[in-house]
Amino acid sequence: MPAVLDIHDITVAYQRKPVLWDVDLTIEQPQLAAIIGPNGAGKSTLIKAVLGLVPTASGSVQVFGQSVAQMRKRIGYVPQRESVDWDFPVSVLDVVLMGTYGQLGLFRRPGTAQWRFAHECLAKVGLESFANRQIGQLSGGQQQRVFLARALAQQADIYFMDEPMAGVDAATERIIFELLKELRAGGKTIVAVHHDLRTVPHYFDYVALLNVRLVASGPTEQTFTEENLRKTYGGRLALLDAAGDALQAGSARP
Amino acid sequence: MMLPYNTLVVLSGVGLLGASAGLVGAFAVLRKRSLTGDALAHAALPGLCIAFLLLGERNLTAMLLGALASGVLGNMVIAALVRWTRVKEDAAIGTVLGGFFGLGVVLVTGIQHMSSTGSKAGLDSYILGKTAGMTAGDVYLILAASVACLAVVLLLFKEFKLIAFDGDFARSLGWPVYGLDLLLMTLVAVAVVIGLPAVGVVLMAALLIMPAAAARFWTERLGRMLALSGAFGLAIGVIGTSISATFAVMPAGPIIVLTGTAFFLVSMLAGTKRGVVAQSLRHRKFRRDLAERRLLRAALEVSKLSGNATFTRDDLRQRFVTTSAELERALDDAIRHGAIEPCSSGTYRLSSEGKLRAVEIARGHRLWEALLVEYPELASSVADLGSVSITPHVPSEVVEDLTARLRAAGEWPELAP
Repeated sequence: MPAVLDIHDITVAYQRKPVLWDVDLTIEQPQLAAIIGPNGAGKSTLIKAVLGLVPTASGSVQVFGQSVAQMRKRIGYVPQRESVDWDFPVSVLDVVLMGTYGQLGLFRRPGTAQWRFAHECLAKVGLESFANRQIGQLSGGQQQRVFLARALAQQADIYFMDEPMAGVDAATERIIFELLKELRAGGKTIVAVHHDLRTVPHYFDYVALLNVRLVASGPTEQTFTEENLRKTYGGRLALLDAAGDALQAGSARP
Repeated sequence: MMLPYNTLVVLSGVGLLGASAGLVGAFAVLRKRSLTGDALAHAALPGLCIAFLLLGERNLTAMLLGALASGVLGNMVIAALVRWTRVKEDAAIGTVLGGFFGLGVVLVTGIQHMSSTGSKAGLDSYILGKTAGMTAGDVYLILAASVACLAVVLLLFKEFKLIAFDGDFARSLGWPVYGLDLLLMTLVAVAVVIGLPAVGVVLMAALLIMPAAAARFWTERLGRMLALSGAFGLAIGVIGTSISATFAVMPAGPIIVLTGTAFFLVSMLAGTKRGVVAQSLRHRKFRRDLAERRLLRAALEVSKLSGNATFTRDDLRQRFVTTSAELERALDDAIRHGAIEPCSSGTYRLSSEGKLRAVEIARGHRLWEALLVEYPELASSVADLGSVSITPHVPSEVVEDLTARLRAAGEWPELAP
């Protein structure tokens, strides 16, 4: 069986300054995978490069053994919450419905089946009662859940998520994590940029440490080590202390 | 009343023009490209003049094609400046817009003084617009362009909506976002160019932006905003033209745009969703509701203390510390809603209906308070002061848990015996 995700020698540069440099990353089996690394490590850029949203200087990507262009309908995307204008005149349900646009393709309009499905996806993130609200009236955590509901509506097999837990409260974080776990149990792969080192061992079973170059990748237990973190984050000790606590707490966390 | 044929032609022409500018402009505004329309309009002037010079006569179609060509060229120069130099977009737009427009004015003035044909060409009317000379042929051209704009917007509504809201997501679906953007900008260019004769290059962009900006105050839905923006554009065109017809010495563009300004101002004040008045009314109503709820809670507490369940204003003031004006208003509201009944000599009591309502409010309040203490993280994301009950906002197990805690602590509000 072809690997779920095979990133080969991706290089991205802005004006010759490398943002990603010869990054190789292969995820063989469906995983709940985290991409971690310091600010400016190119975490979001890696996701965007895979999806073709930023031009790459070199490299190739295969998803389920085929090019990304051929696999678009099996790929889901959750952009950073700040990337859109929440003042836009659409309802919560409208945004979730956009998840069905990929399967619909150009020109075809969403019908009853898509509306019903969008409602179901919204119910899964617990925001049914907000369906007709304008999206700007939601809290940050709720907006993040709307984006997640839109991703569910994509019915993809591999999801790329850019900081799905950034700026959300602990309760929302738990709801999101439960959803990711459920997706994973359904055989899906999630590749998420994650910023909170303390929760990595608890939430993710696969981890890729990135700092312009790929430092290490593999199952969290073997890869999320102090040595690898030191290589990735350099001298940023405060972060490493937090990570050390997380390592000690390990899977003992609730 | 029968309108003269010429008036009818002009009214329908400018009306259609306004409608398509409003429709297309709404997407341009939402995609944050409204200044592109402004640059396009100003940059169109030299092309228009050059087309006239090449043909040696006033042929509207050819001149508008020339306008379109130089408008598009202007925008390409802007894109190139942003892409290849360190000039930022706003500076690039300002520079190109000014340069092209300056060249256009020089050409217009040159043509005016050139020969007998030049002075009759009336090219200066393209700067600030003129509706009087519009012919049936011009209206057909505008009609065709408007129908085309409408058809494309209807066909690609879902696509334009997505690229305007979340372009990266659209790209992740493999959609040709660049092509769709180009198509949208083409529609903007068409709407701008057909509007040049009537409104003029200086103010055409306003006709693109104002209907959309005004429509936004009335709705939170894209479909409705587009329809409304189109309707506003139509009305602005028709009304503006009618007014300018009675002031023949004035150029048409400024009159039409001032009409648009009036639409915008009225919408800004009176718009039902985002208008200033509606918002302050909503805020006032929220405050009054909140005050009435606090008053009823206070009334519930003080009525339990007195033997006959009556209370005075001063009793209320003990529990509900606020300005006298707010207390009076809340009391008036509660009496008007039948929750509180006046008794003899300055005393009041809760009506039977008021008691039920007060208990419901008190319970809701206790539950919100308890939620903030026991589930702070959940509370911070769901807390809603506008809602009496927490039930629609939190899972039922949480409500049951909180209720049980409050009962155990003897803090669960009960009906007075």
